[in-house]
Amino acid sequence: MIGDNGYRNEGGGSSFSVKLVRILHLDPLLLFGILLLSITGMVVLYSAGDQSIALINKQTTRLVLAFVIMLALAHVPPSSLRFWSPWIYGVGIILLVLVLVAGDMGKGAQRWLDLGFIRFQPSEMMKLATPMMMAWFLSEKPLPPTLKTLLFAAVLILLPTFLIAKQPDLGTSLLIFAAGLFVVFLAGLSWSFMIAMGISGAALLPVLWHFMHDYQRNRVLTFLNPESDPLGTGYHIIQSKIAIGSGGIYGRGWLNGSQSHLDFLPEQSTDFIFAVFAEEFGLIGGILLLSLYAFIILRGLVIAANAQDTYARLLGGSLSMTFFVYLFVNVGMVSGILPVVGVPLPLISYGGTSMVTLMASFGMLMSINTHRKIWAR
Amino acid sequence: MLRRTLIKDHLQEAILFKHRAWVAAVFCLFFIIVLLVRLFNLQVLEYQHFDKLSENNRVRLMAIAPNRGLIFDRNGVVLAENRPSYRLEVIPEQVNNMEWLLVELGKLVELDEADIKRFRKAIKRSRPFEGIPLRTKLSDDEVARLAVNRHQYPGMEITARLSRYYPLGESAAHVTGYVGRIDEDELKNVNETQYAGTSHIGKTGLERYYESELHGEVGHQSVEVNVQGRILRVLEKKQPVPGKDLILSLDVRLQSVAEKALGDYNGAVVVMDPNTGEVLALVSMPGYDPNLFVHGISRKDYRRLQNPDTRPLYNRALYGQYPPGSTLKPFVGLAGLENKVIGHKESIPCEGYYLLPNEERKYRDWKKTGHGHVDLEDSLAQSCDVYYYELSYRLGIDRIHAFLQQFGFGKATGVDIQGERSGLLPSREWKQRSKNKIWFPGETLIAGIGQGYMLTTPMQLASATSILAMRGQGFKPHLLKEIHDPATGDGRQTEIAPLPAVKLNRQMNWNHIVNGMVSVVHGVKGTARQSGRRLKFKMAGKTGTAQVFGVAQDEEYDEDIIAKKHRDHALFVAFAPVDKPEIAIAVIAENGSSGSGVAAPIARKVLDAWIETQEQK
Repeated sequence: MIGDNGYRNEGGGSSFSVKLVRILHLDPLLLFGILLLSITGMVVLYSAGDQSIALINKQTTRLVLAFVIMLALAHVPPSSLRFWSPWIYGVGIILLVLVLVAGDMGKGAQRWLDLGFIRFQPSEMMKLATPMMMAWFLSEKPLPPTLKTLLFAAVLILLPTFLIAKQPDLGTSLLIFAAGLFVVFLAGLSWSFMIAMGISGAALLPVLWHFMHDYQRNRVLTFLNPESDPLGTGYHIIQSKIAIGSGGIYGRGWLNGSQSHLDFLPEQSTDFIFAVFAEEFGLIGGILLLSLYAFIILRGLVIAANAQDTYARLLGGSLSMTFFVYLFVNVGMVSGILPVVGVPLPLISYGGTSMVTLMASFGMLMSINTHRKIWAR
Repeated sequence: MLRRTLIKDHLQEAILFKHRAWVAAVFCLFFIIVLLVRLFNLQVLEYQHFDKLSENNRVRLMAIAPNRGLIFDRNGVVLAENRPSYRLEVIPEQVNNMEWLLVELGKLVELDEADIKRFRKAIKRSRPFEGIPLRTKLSDDEVARLAVNRHQYPGMEITARLSRYYPLGESAAHVTGYVGRIDEDELKNVNETQYAGTSHIGKTGLERYYESELHGEVGHQSVEVNVQGRILRVLEKKQPVPGKDLILSLDVRLQSVAEKALGDYNGAVVVMDPNTGEVLALVSMPGYDPNLFVHGISRKDYRRLQNPDTRPLYNRALYGQYPPGSTLKPFVGLAGLENKVIGHKESIPCEGYYLLPNEERKYRDWKKTGHGHVDLEDSLAQSCDVYYYELSYRLGIDRIHAFLQQFGFGKATGVDIQGERSGLLPSREWKQRSKNKIWFPGETLIAGIGQGYMLTTPMQLASATSILAMRGQGFKPHLLKEIHDPATGDGRQTEIAPLPAVKLNRQMNWNHIVNGMVSVVHGVKGTARQSGRRLKFKMAGKTGTAQVFGVAQDEEYDEDIIAKKHRDHALFVAFAPVDKPEIAIAVIAENGSSGSGVAAPIARKVLDAWIETQEQK
């Protein structure tokens, strides 16, 4: 069962592999899930990228790099992560401001910061920095949090959220907002308070609408009625629904998805890669893939629940939940139950930045699971 | 103590977190199930719907135009064929900046305003991702220039198509007619499915008359396309059925001899086989090059073809209506014999003019001094007008009308080209109907010599002459000899359609008229005796000179001072050999002045050419 206590109870396997896993600070179950997902990702990408070996090579390079980062972070004990949390968060906020002032434009949005040797997306870093900061902040306070603590926490969440929404990058700002919120939720936010927040949040929607860019409004509008603009913004949703729906129960088979291979699908190797998967592997494939995701998410939550201190618990839980939000927003958008926001399908979509961030978060989860003291704090 | 509270605190928090983690897990699983329900909806419940949409997305049905049937003359000479030609097409959906592209392409190939105008119009009614022709008939140089620069201009394509070509150019252009781009009105009149891949349609001549035979049946292929509409593979293909070939009764050698014989005259020559109704030559001069129309004629060329003095596009053989003049006399003479108003040996005195009782007006003969006493044979040989004034007077317009009708005057012959005119065979009733006036006796005299209201087309004259040649048994004229199906190899002969025979009470009357016509060519006083010299067999003919310009009473007709366009038309009808006719000819040379001097020699040249072809057999 995934609900057990991490690697120490793993009896099977050779003593060498047990040793190796311990030396590398890995969690075998999580590693298994990640590897299986990455391999699936390569298989789908090969089809979605029109069988381009070059694309696979690039993605493999990124995956290896991301794995190295995961391994590195797995070695950093949670106490160090905790120590550095406010610093990383602070630097991240400064960089976000810098991006708004001096960032590069890409696809009509300012997301990149050119550091001379590397183009860097501070918003990506904030996906980790925000839950770290929240976990640090809340673990210092007695839990469940008081109202004063909550107000301060709200500022810590909304600051990066707005800075990123301003770029504008709705998807990432949504992910960061969710990550922060999950920390508060896991810290024991009272249910009545959450309900009250939910109601006032709904009331705030018109205000949010007011601040949205035209293209973001369009996305929401076409989400509500994709057929209203079949050649324009609704095109993506319509085509992706066709791809998924025509996959049927068993799918058209690997490399046989006509929607994807005839280029009807937009962004088929990045944000809309799930449509390619669903067209080629059908409902059966979809069930298996979502089960794999569920396995990883639950394993992450188990690791968090078994963590030895509050910081590690809150961080681990939030990272696992963020991973879920990735999945839900992406699949929800591709299948037409959520508006189109630029969120990749974790570990499967082509692209480097989100993969590095995700693997870094898995590294932190592994670190939490493998750095245990005899005495809890 | 302090340590204990901390531990206790820690445990409490751990319990709280575990509780929350459970909630989180349930939350995640719940929403993952929501996603699965969504997938179930799309992939199972709505599968049919999306599967159909997907199929529509990728499979496109494309029409394949059938190859148009070819046109041959009776000896297998090609009159119309299909040749590959290259054209420049643009797919608007793939072009970012159309204005820029048009300017750029204009640097590589010649693009005039009409091309661009037509292109813009076509964009509006095209289907998405369909190539729209911008320029047709690209030269090899142009194709090369475009091909080299192709990568710079996405959306531009060079396609090879078969297009109509008329290897003989101007020769027989009025017979074949031409094809041109289908216009909107024509599109409404054809089966849209059949013409889905077709860009051209027969506009005139046989191309138009036999459009349904020539066109063939459309084929189609379902192709898998990508989002740009580019064909990736063919899933299914049904080959088109090519159009049927036409084998004409026309003899291109005779045709070109007749064209050359007409020379610079505007006019027409129709040559028929009286035994079958087959048209051996159908000439209207001047001609035009039908190839000009295939890819859209330039304004300059079109203006040239609109010249009011020559009107090259006008098919004079079928649409030209001319007074038959004296070529009508054999028919009127026959009417006289048959109605027994005159005997074939009966003489009529000719003093150069004719007077109606109680009328002062002199009806003049073409020969001022008169012909003296002439009988039927003399009247034909010398073309005496007075004889026919008297004859017409005796017959009256009603009998003339009734008799001439049997030879097809006043009625279209039904030859297989659209728009043939009917000519005009006047009658009392006709005049009452169209002019609301009564018929005057003088008009009968004028009609009797083929002038006045009388109008015939060269085709009619040839047909009437054929009936005469066959002593009453005519055949409906036709250009199509055989339809040949290249797919099956089957041929279908055009049925020979006999016309209602002209029955005479006395068969001898045929001979009297024919003898008169023989004298025209072979008699010592025959008007066409110059054209009868050293002829291998006997020919029967009749010259005619049709007045275009009314000459007032007692006024001299002086050829030299009359503008060319007011000169008389020269006509000649003939058939040969006399006893067993195999060829009938009608010639008209507009403003040729003299039937004997201009029209008869043209017929002779055609006859010589025909004899030559007979000897080669």
